[in-house]
Amino acid sequence: MIVPLSHVLVLSSLLFVMGMFCLVSWRTNLIMMLIGIEIMLNAAILAFVGGAAFWGAADGQVFSLFIIAMTSAEVSLALALVVYLHRRKRSVNSDDFTMLKE
Amino acid sequence: MEQGIFYILAAVVVIATFFSVREKHPVHAIIYLATSFFALAVIFYLLAAPLVAAFEVIIYAGAIMVLFLFVIMMLDLGRPEKAMLPGKRDRGIALLLSAVTLAAVITLAVHRSVSMPAAPPMRIHDFAAFLFSRYGFAVEVVSMQLLFALVGALYLGRRR
Repeated sequence: MIVPLSHVLVLSSLLFVMGMFCLVSWRTNLIMMLIGIEIMLNAAILAFVGGAAFWGAADGQVFSLFIIAMTSAEVSLALALVVYLHRRKRSVNSDDFTMLKE
Repeated sequence: MEQGIFYILAAVVVIATFFSVREKHPVHAIIYLATSFFALAVIFYLLAAPLVAAFEVIIYAGAIMVLFLFVIMMLDLGRPEKAMLPGKRDRGIALLLSAVTLAAVITLAVHRSVSMPAAPPMRIHDFAAFLFSRYGFAVEVVSMQLLFALVGALYLGRRR
């Protein structure tokens, strides 16, 4: 372990908080919301890898691989949804999609 | 020396992510994010996880970011003048939530400093044996999940 675990965790929490800021503030653009989710998942991967390096166990790396696989599935589905919604309403603003309410 | 590289890369990651979050133009945001992912991949390599670093470059910076770029260009979303910017109220709420979360997590991370003897780094051979013996069932589940995502994306994307 080259740096203390707390520094890795601080970097990871900074990344997570920036992703959360992106997700909450960009409600007008679905693509930017997805980017925020990507940043948050990367912060989780960084925390897992830091823990794996600290304790010398492989579980953290295994779970980061699973997170990467899960993210690729999630992004492909989410972008297909974005294309579908854009085809229906010509918009990527999340406030436009209130079909259940109407 | 490795410590210095870690801190430089951490600065690159934080600055690139900050610009990508603040960027109005989605394509520029994606490029900043790819920069951040490359630096993060080198950080993973420094933290004794070369396999995760390789997957980060191949899947995140290679596949996912290109998929985002593809969708932005296909739907013609790269027009910042047409896009609605986040309102002041949204941004204020987001800043408040972020500040509270950051303060909580950093307080926890700094005060609960666990001290353990340095563990020897894992080799890729051990990692692969561990992955396919202990988590073999989870690997199968992940492959099914990718198949379902493929079928779902095909269903959503068909023309009717």
